[in-house]
Amino acid sequence: MALMDIKNWKISGIATAVPSNIVENSDYDALSAIEKKLLIKTTGIERKHVAEKNQTTSDLCEVAANKLLDKLSWDRTEIDLLVFVSQSPDYYLPATAIILQNKLNLSSNCLAFDVGLGCSGYVYGLSIVASMISAGHLKKALLLVGDVSSSTVSSSDKSTYPLFGDAGTATAIEFSENSSGQFNMMSDGAGYETIIIRDGGIRNKVSKESFDLKEIGDGISRCALDLELDGLEVYNFSVTKVPPLIKVLLEETNTIPEDYNYFVMHQANRLMNETIRKKLKFTEEQSPYSLKNYGNTSSASIPLTICSELSGKIETENQKVLLSGFGVGLSWGAVTLNLDKITCLPIIEV
Amino acid sequence: MEIEVFLGKIKAEFNEDYDLGDLGLDDNIKNMDWWSSMHALVIIALIDSEYDVMLEPSQMKSANTVRELYIMVENIKG
Repeated sequence: MALMDIKNWKISGIATAVPSNIVENSDYDALSAIEKKLLIKTTGIERKHVAEKNQTTSDLCEVAANKLLDKLSWDRTEIDLLVFVSQSPDYYLPATAIILQNKLNLSSNCLAFDVGLGCSGYVYGLSIVASMISAGHLKKALLLVGDVSSSTVSSSDKSTYPLFGDAGTATAIEFSENSSGQFNMMSDGAGYETIIIRDGGIRNKVSKESFDLKEIGDGISRCALDLELDGLEVYNFSVTKVPPLIKVLLEETNTIPEDYNYFVMHQANRLMNETIRKKLKFTEEQSPYSLKNYGNTSSASIPLTICSELSGKIETENQKVLLSGFGVGLSWGAVTLNLDKITCLPIIEV
Repeated sequence: MEIEVFLGKIKAEFNEDYDLGDLGLDDNIKNMDWWSSMHALVIIALIDSEYDVMLEPSQMKSANTVRELYIMVENIKG
């Protein structure tokens, strides 16, 4: 268990960009009418924003970052650090963060690198940026987090296709002597096959066979380049591992659920998230959802939910929040922090 | 925990969408034409919330009838 109290940093602003193309789950022909109803009831996902063929995670993050930097009136030459967290980078190499450094007109003095994480990625990304900012040498940073998961799911796999939406986010972070965040994070590689794309890396390079569409079950066909997700294992992992991690964080910070204005979870699916919420005794009012209109947007789901559900509140008053991400890896983490009148843009459609 | 109450809770979970009036304790639920992994997820969540028992995915995969699920839950609860 990695418990960390990272001092001297704060979030100054958050922006989220999503593709303008909307796909309704009610239009998904692979599901019967009853299955659609059960899917929407269980997952809470009615629709998702899906990237066009040549629209990447970095394109969405770039738009979000530009709008946020303009709104904050940050001098781009003062940005010392750019971290891009995603499981859908532009290229195998170079790192997407470095491409974004150039596209955003940041100085070449800016450190830029990628972190390959999914649903836990926002919390992990915050911990990395906060740690680097905390020392005091770097003053301003951009954390760009997102995924275009739609490009990795098979449209003939009813177990994954209806779930995932696309989004790119930008979070502005800066040195601040009076602010801090407390983290708790864990990993378990024994579950690496729970959510996996088998081919395309060095272990299994892309071959002709990688494209072979295989029928796995009723309404589930995919190839080895498509995302594979074991729903029962993910559920079991999430509801057994996430609450204890958060309980330890609450104990370490001497806080209780009532101390928080909001508990923002990774938006996996409603059934799973509600189970976690009830186990931790957070109220419905404390736990916002963006699943209905955006689906599971992987690493982007926490900042997206903040932008879509909390923007008015966090811009006008200090809000104490607990954020938690969990998923592929397996990897999970949580952070407590204050969002004190930060800039939070409404969702941008691209 | 009575087995008929257990069966009733499972029926109630799905009765909005399916006619489960005839579902018996020993019917193979996974052979029903409507069965999918989503239903398995709903049942796991129901058992967790009602009986504070978290079935492992392998246990859910191995149980085919409501009676088998009931026995599993009883054994875990001790």
